[in-house]
Amino acid sequence: MTPKERMAIAPQAMPEQDAQVRAHNMNEVALGYTAEMAKTEASRCLQCPTKPCMQGCPVAIDIPGFLAAAAEGDFATALKIIRKTSLLPAVCGRVCPQEKQCQKFCTMGKVLKDVDKAVAIGRVERFCADLARESGTEEPVTCAPKTGRKVAVIGSGPASITCAADCAKAGHDVTMFEAFHKCGGVLVYGIPEFRLPKSIVRHEVEGLKKLGVTIETNYCVGRTRKVADLIRKDGFDAVFVGTGAGLPKFMDIPGENLNGVFSANEYLTRANLMKAYLEGEADTPFWHGKKVAVLGGGNVAMDASRMALRLGAEKVYLIYRRSLEEMPARKEEVHHAKEEGVDFHLLENAKRILGDDKGFVNGLECLRYELGAPDASGRRSPVPIAGSEFTLDVDTVVVAVGNASNPLIPATTEGLEVNRRGNIVVDPETNMTSIPGVFAGGDIVLGAATVILAMGEGRRAAAGINAYLMKDRS
Amino acid sequence: MNKIVSKKQLSDNVFQMEVEAALIANERKAGQFIILMIDEALGERIPLTIADADPARGTITLIFQTVGATTLKLSKLNVGDALAAVLGPLGRPTSIRGANGEPAGHVVCVGGGIGVAPMHPIAQALKAAGNKVTIIMGARNKSLFVMEDEMRAIAGDDLILITDDGSSGRKGLVTEPLKELCEAGAVDEVIAIGPPIMMKFVALTTKPYGVKTVASLNTIMIDGTGMCGGCRVSVGGATKFVCVDGPEFDAHQVDWDQMLKRMGAFRPQEAAAKDHVCNLYKGI
Ligand SMILES: Cc1cc2nc3c(=O)[nH]c(=O)nc-3n(C[C@H](O)[C@H](O)[C@H](O)COP(=O)(O)OP(=O)(O)OC[C@H]3O[C@@H](n4cnc5c(N)ncnc54)[C@H](O)[C@@H]3O)c2cc1C
Ligand SMILES: Cc1cc2nc3c(=O)[nH]c(=O)nc-3n(C[C@H](O)[C@H](O)[C@H](O)COP(=O)(O)OP(=O)(O)OC[C@H]3O[C@@H](n4cnc5c(N)ncnc54)[C@H](O)[C@@H]3O)c2cc1C
Ligand code: SF4
Ligand code: FES
Repeated sequence: MTPKERMAIAPQAMPEQDAQVRAHNMNEVALGYTAEMAKTEASRCLQCPTKPCMQGCPVAIDIPGFLAAAAEGDFATALKIIRKTSLLPAVCGRVCPQEKQCQKFCTMGKVLKDVDKAVAIGRVERFCADLARESGTEEPVTCAPKTGRKVAVIGSGPASITCAADCAKAGHDVTMFEAFHKCGGVLVYGIPEFRLPKSIVRHEVEGLKKLGVTIETNYCVGRTRKVADLIRKDGFDAVFVGTGAGLPKFMDIPGENLNGVFSANEYLTRANLMKAYLEGEADTPFWHGKKVAVLGGGNVAMDASRMALRLGAEKVYLIYRRSLEEMPARKEEVHHAKEEGVDFHLLENAKRILGDDKGFVNGLECLRYELGAPDASGRRSPVPIAGSEFTLDVDTVVVAVGNASNPLIPATTEGLEVNRRGNIVVDPETNMTSIPGVFAGGDIVLGAATVILAMGEGRRAAAGINAYLMKDRS
Repeated sequence: MNKIVSKKQLSDNVFQMEVEAALIANERKAGQFIILMIDEALGERIPLTIADADPARGTITLIFQTVGATTLKLSKLNVGDALAAVLGPLGRPTSIRGANGEPAGHVVCVGGGIGVAPMHPIAQALKAAGNKVTIIMGARNKSLFVMEDEMRAIAGDDLILITDDGSSGRKGLVTEPLKELCEAGAVDEVIAIGPPIMMKFVALTTKPYGVKTVASLNTIMIDGTGMCGGCRVSVGGATKFVCVDGPEFDAHQVDWDQMLKRMGAFRPQEAAAKDHVCNLYKGI
């Protein structure tokens, strides 16, 4: 095919559940390509010699390489190429902000002057991974001979899953410790089923077990046992800390402790992890919000507002103090939220939450904003318009303005260096912390970031751990 | 899986269970709690204080009152059954006068209802640190008292029993003997555990005397690791997470009215769930 012919192929739209129907069920919104669609979409790739898309990929997947195989219908080879650098393609294909990463740099999108018309790299990636998983044709992974070294992996989010897998493959004895009763981190408690089916996360965790990783749930390192004791008493030779950014930020506005105000973490955890939406079956109670305001503009805010619709809200307002342009959420999620009926209130911000005499939310006072001069981050900073207060009639407020890093491990681990924000400081090449043999990665190092970056960190740390454990062996 | 190795009914609706949890038994300190689940698929996570622990046997003791769906289900489990999940020890340990830099002195422990159970390890530790320990145990009536013998073993003659109806000990509220002790002027510290309304009035009672008063809060929780903020309270005007910053706080700084309201957030749903479980057990 000539480049011209490739450019003439129409971008393949993602089959989706109808917006009105899906707003009331938990099933996945994006249904996935058929093999034919995946092949066609992959055929759009121009095989640019400079591979611009790869620059945008945080783990430098050989994108034209896997797309060439997929275009031939050889999805197994495509997956093999992806797996060289990415461990979680079924997850990343679904949740990566592709429009800001690989697809942002894609020549096709540039030529057609629309990033939405770039090659849909993520969707093809997802197809390859789904096909292998659903047909049971994933290539078995083999582990190197046992090294006799023990590695403790703390947390079970994407950073930890990756680090555990790589360490197990290198022949180390790996034990994963997770505070919750289920593994997956944000992938199980935060990101909803309708965006990332939990069966996929379970499959990845099962994969770890097949590699011989021991999993200890309901084990809070720092409390059940300190990091130092894992090393001193339990004989672990190296420790990886992948405990995430699980400390919800609030806005510090009046009324935030009223009944009906939730952090997005609580709201989503009740629904996702504790299955509160199965009312009458799940024991964790369900909050019947009819008019819900969600504060924030990231993925977390999109998930919370779309979850509110699915939990039966009649009206969901999304309150964000900048404009659509500055919204950090994945573009597709913003689009889906709008389609499903979330009411976007841009350039507005919550000022005060109002409550009745029993302490329940009954309103939200907001202020209108306008965009001023660009701030340090280059984004135009929002400036409140004096006297523009107005009140929204709501019974529920979900605060989704970000997460800070969980201080439990730093607070219980002597000598572990953290920065001003409480993130663990690591050597950028090995991900080793200030304590020899203790490594860290993911959101606990980066601050609230992304799945792909967490995965990349887990991988780099595993390499660091290998080098550290084997240095006296070579 | 944490096996139940012994079970005892202490009163109409209060049960004691000893559960296998070797690591927790080793690590726990007075004032800490666990979060348990009966069923990991659809169960709820509930916090209970570690009333006692036996590191040699690798067990912890829980004492709980059946107030809703999960505690009811828990009370139906028997020796040999297992809990699906036990996470802990959570929260900061109690700061024990005499062992924390403050000189030992006279500490008054006020336990209301089931709050006596979590008070037990604290009173033990206070005694061991050389304090004079007075214990005030309050309940609506005699049948609701738990651990009277254990508490007497610690406080001896300084155990004060008081009931709403006078069916055991003095008739009245825990705040009355507390006020008299403060009045007499020989109290260095007060620790209160019980229903929030009781803790609120304990704080109001000691405030005029400027006696340091600590309360152990029992807010609604989910994860217990600081991840959700569901357990938050206002203390001295700042928002604190009970599961990681507490559970104990300066009782004079806690916004009790707000906490009382927050504990009622899910009351209708909880009542419905309890009825549902009660009906299930009726059918058996
Ligand atoms: C609602 C929501 C939506 C998101 N959407 C996207 C998206 O669309 N795309 C994207 O790329 N990113 C998204 N993110 C961000 C992404 O999920 C995170 O960046 C990523 O999960 C970080 O991975 P991690 O492995 O560092 O930690 P986490 O996934 O946070 O996992 C940490 C784990 O460690 C456990 N833990 C913590 N402390 C302890 C302890 N002391 N002992 C034992 N275990 C402990 C926690 O329980 C948790 O399971 C979203 C985040 C949220 C909250
Ligand atoms: C740190 C901590 C330690 C605790 N220690 C103990 C203990 O040692 N023994 C014990 O019996 N209980 C203790 N509790 C209280 C216990 O967690 C609750 O009783 C339990 O969660 C109720 O669950 P349920 O499903 O049976 O009832 P639910 O259906 O959840 O609630 C039933 C009723 O109990 C009230 N309630 C709900 N949550 C609490 C709560 N956290 N505290 C008090 N009342 C509540 C509700 O308002 C409702 O009226 C502790 C709580 C905390 C936070
Ligand atoms: S930039 Fe786009 S067209 Fe070029 S190789 Fe990458 S995916 Fe293909
Ligand atoms: S219980 Fe979730 S933060 Fe305390």
